[in-house]
Amino acid sequence: MSAIQKTTRLHGLMAEFKTPEDLLAAAHKTYAAGYRDMDAYTPIPVEGLGDAIGFKKNYVSLAVLLGGLTGCSGGFGLLYWISTIAYAHNVAGRPMNSWVMYIPVTFECTVLLAALTAVFGMFAMNGLPQPYHPVFNVPEFARATRDRFFLCVEATDPQFDAERTREFLRELSSFEVAEVEN
Amino acid sequence: MKTEDELLDRPLPPSIDPGPDSVLGPGHNFGTVTDKIANIPFSPLRKTPKQWFFALAAGFVLLQLLLVAATYLFYKGIGIWGVDIPVGWGFAIVNFVWWIGIGHAGTLISAILLLLKQDWRTSINRFSEAMTLFAVACAGLFPVLHTGRPWLAYWLLPYPNSMWLWPQPRSPLLWDVFAVSTYATVSVLFWLTGLVPDFAVMRDKAVNRWQQVLFGILSLGWRGSAKHWERYQMAYLLLAGLSTPLVLSVHTVVSFDFAISILPGWHTTIFPPYFVAGAVYSGFAMVLTLAIPTRKWFHLEDIITLRHLESASKVMLGTGLIVAYGYSMEAFISWYSGNTYERFMYWNRMTGPYGFFYGMLILCNIAIPQLLWSQKVRRSIPALFIISLVVNMGMWLERFVIVVVSLHRDFLPSSWGMYYPTVWDWATFVGTLGLFTTLMWLFVRFVPMIAIFEVREVVHHLEHQKLEVSPSAGD
Repeated sequence: MSAIQKTTRLHGLMAEFKTPEDLLAAAHKTYAAGYRDMDAYTPIPVEGLGDAIGFKKNYVSLAVLLGGLTGCSGGFGLLYWISTIAYAHNVAGRPMNSWVMYIPVTFECTVLLAALTAVFGMFAMNGLPQPYHPVFNVPEFARATRDRFFLCVEATDPQFDAERTREFLRELSSFEVAEVEN
Repeated sequence: MKTEDELLDRPLPPSIDPGPDSVLGPGHNFGTVTDKIANIPFSPLRKTPKQWFFALAAGFVLLQLLLVAATYLFYKGIGIWGVDIPVGWGFAIVNFVWWIGIGHAGTLISAILLLLKQDWRTSINRFSEAMTLFAVACAGLFPVLHTGRPWLAYWLLPYPNSMWLWPQPRSPLLWDVFAVSTYATVSVLFWLTGLVPDFAVMRDKAVNRWQQVLFGILSLGWRGSAKHWERYQMAYLLLAGLSTPLVLSVHTVVSFDFAISILPGWHTTIFPPYFVAGAVYSGFAMVLTLAIPTRKWFHLEDIITLRHLESASKVMLGTGLIVAYGYSMEAFISWYSGNTYERFMYWNRMTGPYGFFYGMLILCNIAIPQLLWSQKVRRSIPALFIISLVVNMGMWLERFVIVVVSLHRDFLPSSWGMYYPTVWDWATFVGTLGLFTTLMWLFVRFVPMIAIFEVREVVHHLEHQKLEVSPSAGD
């Protein structure tokens, strides 16, 4: 690592932790110290970690609601249109708009669209698929999918300073603080 | 290759079943559960259990039988099957309903037990979801083959066509198309969403370049970001919430195929709940049938423990009792209705030409599973395995009795008939067993069959409970 890389090509600084509790405590302290641009990387979902790093805007449930409503109206609309407009047939004197009979399909369409939105919406909001990310450059990061917990303070943070932030993270973690190169 | 062997040889705690009280064997931490589960797809073929090869070979041979049967069917038409008037729905519909039902346990385990926060769900959910997918694939084949001209199966869907014809929205057969295709899609989504973080585990564990690239693509670049986990968990929870009514609706709609008609033996309001209970019943039986040999072959006794097996057998007992209630209500109502046709239908079901199968059905589905009241039986693995096979057979007989026996005595004696399955009926049915088991055995060998990150959550949870799990991750 040359000195030029350190200053110009830094994505952030990364601290490593052994347990989710250590990481959670460190994330709280980092947020309290005024850092905002950060992310944590964990092998399991850790309860409260999103709050700790200041992540609040979770729009997944809103998207799923909208997807479900689209499926619901679309499914009902399709059957209504088929049986009263496109192919209106008198079957044994039943009303054209026999809406009770449309409920099963309407329900299935609601679930289908809501589920598709949940999965594709979630991945889209997460920015996945994304094959490359700077954090993968840290060799120890391979354990983020195994048994280690990471906290990365990003260089875009206004308060970020390569030396002072490093000192700050070193006090939180018992491991070496790693530089994350872009 | 050396490094690969080194990685595979990292010491693991012994595969000891911790008994009926714990969902995880002693000595596990984040690292060891990861290695234990992810080593199976990475292990070289020479280290694959011998039994797996025999099981795969058996399934593969039966799969060829399916291909032969399907080819001959496409060549000759459905005249090669035993279906005729009055029994126009034979094995194809029996097998369709049976397979769809088997799939239901997967969704029940992954969705409903997640919402109910059952800790014994975790080690078997991925496995059962895969079972759902493959069972639905087998189920989906039958209506398509039964159309006689499967290349025109897309006519089932509402799509703009030059004849401006549309399917009938008031028919349960159209509802079925929507229910089954939605169910298949949502099951795939649920399964793949669960797999993404585990593919990332595989990517980071892989030592060969092609494996790294393959799992890198499959993992979509998952990096375990806290923000991603927040959205991921919300999406997963919502999927579970959506799948719960979905799974209940699917077999309800399947039962509507029968219940909406006016045929004695089909036209009853108890069909939806009793079909759903029967579906879960047979599904849990299939989970046990597959999980018991798999955990032995791959030495997973410490992750799929007696607690999982016993809990599954309790669900079997419970749903089996609902099914028993369904049978008795059917019998009671057909007598109480005072309707000649209803009474004759039930009497004929018990004592008619197919009466033997009704007796077998009661024996398999109601009498034998009562053994599960005994704790000794629930904790005996051979007994559970045998009972699960018995229930699978019983549920297949139930569908046979409902479909064939209700049809073969029409309202007028002049239109009575019999249904005899031909060799092609059997070949198609046995063939789908081959398709199902082939896919299942390939899955357990090449994909992480247990949700790695969810088992790690169990490890974390157990550490907090200060159970006999080692306190922290090894270095």
